[in-house]
Amino acid sequence: MKKSEITVALAGNANVGKSVIFNQLTGSNQIVGNWPGKTVERAEGYLQFHGRSIHIIDLPGIYSFSTYSMEEIVSRDFIIKEKPDVVVNVLDASVLERNLFFTLQLIEMEVPMVICINQVDMAKQKGIVIDEEKLEKALGVPVVSTVAVKGQGLQELLRKTLEAADKNIKPHVIEYGKEVESGIRELMEHLPELPEGYSRRWVAIKLLENDPEITEMMPCEVRDLAKRLAGEVERIHNEPSFSVITSERYALSNVIASGAQEQTDISTSFSERLDSFLTHPVYGYISSALVVGGLLLWTFVVGEFFSDILTGIFGFFQPVDPQFSGSVTSIIWNGAFGGVVAGLTLVIPFVIPFYLMLSYIENSGLLTRVAFMMDAFMRKIGLHGKALIPLILGYGCSVPAIDSTRILETQRERLLAAFAISFAPCAARTILILGLVALFVNVWWAIGLYALDLLIIFIMGKFALKALPGETTGLIMEMHALKMPSFRVIARQTWTRTKSLIYLVFPIYIVGSALIQVLYAFGVLDPISSFIAPLTVGWLKLPVFAGILLILGAVRKEFILLGLVSLVGTNIGAALTAQQILVLTLVGMLYFPCLSTIAILAREFGWKSTSVITLANLGSAILIGGIFARILPFIL
Amino acid sequence: MKHLSESIEEYLETIYRLIESGRTASTTEISRTMNIAPASVTQMLKKLDSEGYVKYSPYRGAVLTERGYRVARRMTRKHRILERFLHDILRIKREKIHRQACEMEHSLSDDAERALCHLLNVPGECPDKNPIPACDFKFSTCEECLEMKDADIEEIGCRDEKLRSLREMDEEETGRVSFIRGDYRVVRRLMDMGITIGVPLKVIKKAPLNGPVEVEVRSSRVALGRDIADNVFIDTEEE
Repeated sequence: MKKSEITVALAGNANVGKSVIFNQLTGSNQIVGNWPGKTVERAEGYLQFHGRSIHIIDLPGIYSFSTYSMEEIVSRDFIIKEKPDVVVNVLDASVLERNLFFTLQLIEMEVPMVICINQVDMAKQKGIVIDEEKLEKALGVPVVSTVAVKGQGLQELLRKTLEAADKNIKPHVIEYGKEVESGIRELMEHLPELPEGYSRRWVAIKLLENDPEITEMMPCEVRDLAKRLAGEVERIHNEPSFSVITSERYALSNVIASGAQEQTDISTSFSERLDSFLTHPVYGYISSALVVGGLLLWTFVVGEFFSDILTGIFGFFQPVDPQFSGSVTSIIWNGAFGGVVAGLTLVIPFVIPFYLMLSYIENSGLLTRVAFMMDAFMRKIGLHGKALIPLILGYGCSVPAIDSTRILETQRERLLAAFAISFAPCAARTILILGLVALFVNVWWAIGLYALDLLIIFIMGKFALKALPGETTGLIMEMHALKMPSFRVIARQTWTRTKSLIYLVFPIYIVGSALIQVLYAFGVLDPISSFIAPLTVGWLKLPVFAGILLILGAVRKEFILLGLVSLVGTNIGAALTAQQILVLTLVGMLYFPCLSTIAILAREFGWKSTSVITLANLGSAILIGGIFARILPFIL
Repeated sequence: MKHLSESIEEYLETIYRLIESGRTASTTEISRTMNIAPASVTQMLKKLDSEGYVKYSPYRGAVLTERGYRVARRMTRKHRILERFLHDILRIKREKIHRQACEMEHSLSDDAERALCHLLNVPGECPDKNPIPACDFKFSTCEECLEMKDADIEEIGCRDEKLRSLREMDEEETGRVSFIRGDYRVVRRLMDMGITIGVPLKVIKKAPLNGPVEVEVRSSRVALGRDIADNVFIDTEEE
């Protein structure tokens, strides 16, 4: 029987080119969201092939089907509970043995499969050639070789996928060693009736591996039997049963891989030479610094430049500086328009190029090298090298940066990283530093403040580490071969990320700007400003109106600068002393994550953690600002 | 194994620690660390050399032999586990634990050492963040040791191979994974990545400043952070 619409899941290790295949196949027909209740990205899309509709789900890149990470749980639940018609298992041709370890687990689940050996061109450069037929024979699964970035082999992949769906071909049973296999057989006989979608063999194997979720599902006598059989395996092999099964599965992968591939030695490739350069004790740091520096340079120079041009263009239609007098409608209109402009001047010059570069660094494998080199430093604030990514992103905008903490493994690490990011010198803070300090004091102070901010991140990170007890999970990271990433994937990724940011940030910008301007115009902010005068005037030695600026700045940090201009005119140097400019900038930089950041923090971590982070920001701003106000007179 | 005198054990442990921290175990260094006159140190080193624990040459200092290395590692392990126990469980002040551990380590039996290791949740480093060497018992993972809690240590026996942690290995060096220490979740993740017991492995790169170690295993490359690299033990004596 031929179904008119079939569901296909793409599964495989991380970085084997799954997303490239997904993008090549689905083009623009994609929906990217989250798995229900999980912070794991879910990408699905549609395509038409030979008059049939194919629904494709790109599962997260994983190495195993245990229940130790959200990605693994999501993938396993999808395959068992939503029962895709075919699972397309994508393999990296250069790392066949390790990839087959995952394939064998899919085979155990007894789902109709197609194997896609991707990146065969890169493998060929390394002297590895894979014989599809031999592999097909060994596994009982159709095999297709592809070079997804170039679109090679994808038609064939679709054809075989449809065929697998129609014929419902089940793979061979791959047998384990004697003791394990007899344990599996005995358990299979004693298993109760299983819900649909569960393979008896897979359940038996998981029971022997002592998988908590599957064990939970079983009646007592099956659990006892599993325990006894696992104990027998353990006694014979002198190793825990999961370790025995893992080793045997790898041994099988090794046999199958060496039977199906031919390896000829070939001189070191360019990518390997580049790799050893990037992880060199000296050049490695230099290149890491270049990557981080490149992102910074963009923020400071190119992004700023475009941002100014854009603001200029919009200013032509409607004044973008906040307006605090006139009719209510015109204030609201000005605020809302200003909000749109703020959003656009953030997204176009900063967010999009930033995400493009990040995506490039991520997909090319440069990022893993930077993470490798920087791990020793990141450990000092309880994070591992991977956490550098969100932190670098934080230089652009805290909102996407906090969003990207999802790449970290534990909630604790994510929170630590988000905390550090809330202090990071984002683009808006940079505008503040450049627009106030660099212009009206001097460039050196601007750089000084920037450096101070980095120091504060480090110190606050240390504090947070003490406050949040728990083990830091160590770094286990695959070092993929360096490669030239596909532009389509990068563009797609950039757009998806940008889009979710737009949804979050624009409403806050538009409504927030309009509201705060109206409140100010009606004199609601003045009493608050006088109320906090002891703090602003007494402790921080700022003029009274600084209170208003700081309230405005809570919505958008740039408002501190824009509000200042509309209050005292463009000659800020005459209205404020250099000392006041420095303190105002410092406090403005630290005192409060902007509303959008608060919104995303709350979305990712809940209100309790968000308030703690916000209070930590506020506390450090007041403390450091006050100390600064007292030290500066001696320095300036 | 026959009982060694405490002072032999102390010497070997000191030499081990000096070499571990990248210094040479010269007479002067040893005499300074142990607070013993250089003349007596020289005398003792000669004795250790004649008994086959170290190779000693007057100008280059002492190097541990296979036999000496074993004793030194075992003592260092006992010492650091005791430090953790004194610090974590008994809550004794940091500055006092070293001395106390020095005195206790010589009388700590293997059974007691194993029980302490379980009690402390298989610690990987001492309170000063120095790595605790792997135990000598014939286990491949800690889970196995925990499951066989009631089995006698004499029954289990000691492993013959000389183990070194991944971080102690040099770039380009090869060996087989022989023991993985720590929480079963970490062990499972490593195994899922192909780092299983008995698998051949090669160190490709070690990041500076105690950073991660990059290894090649099953033709893929994996970077392991410092705390994990400290817990993966390799048998490097092959063919």
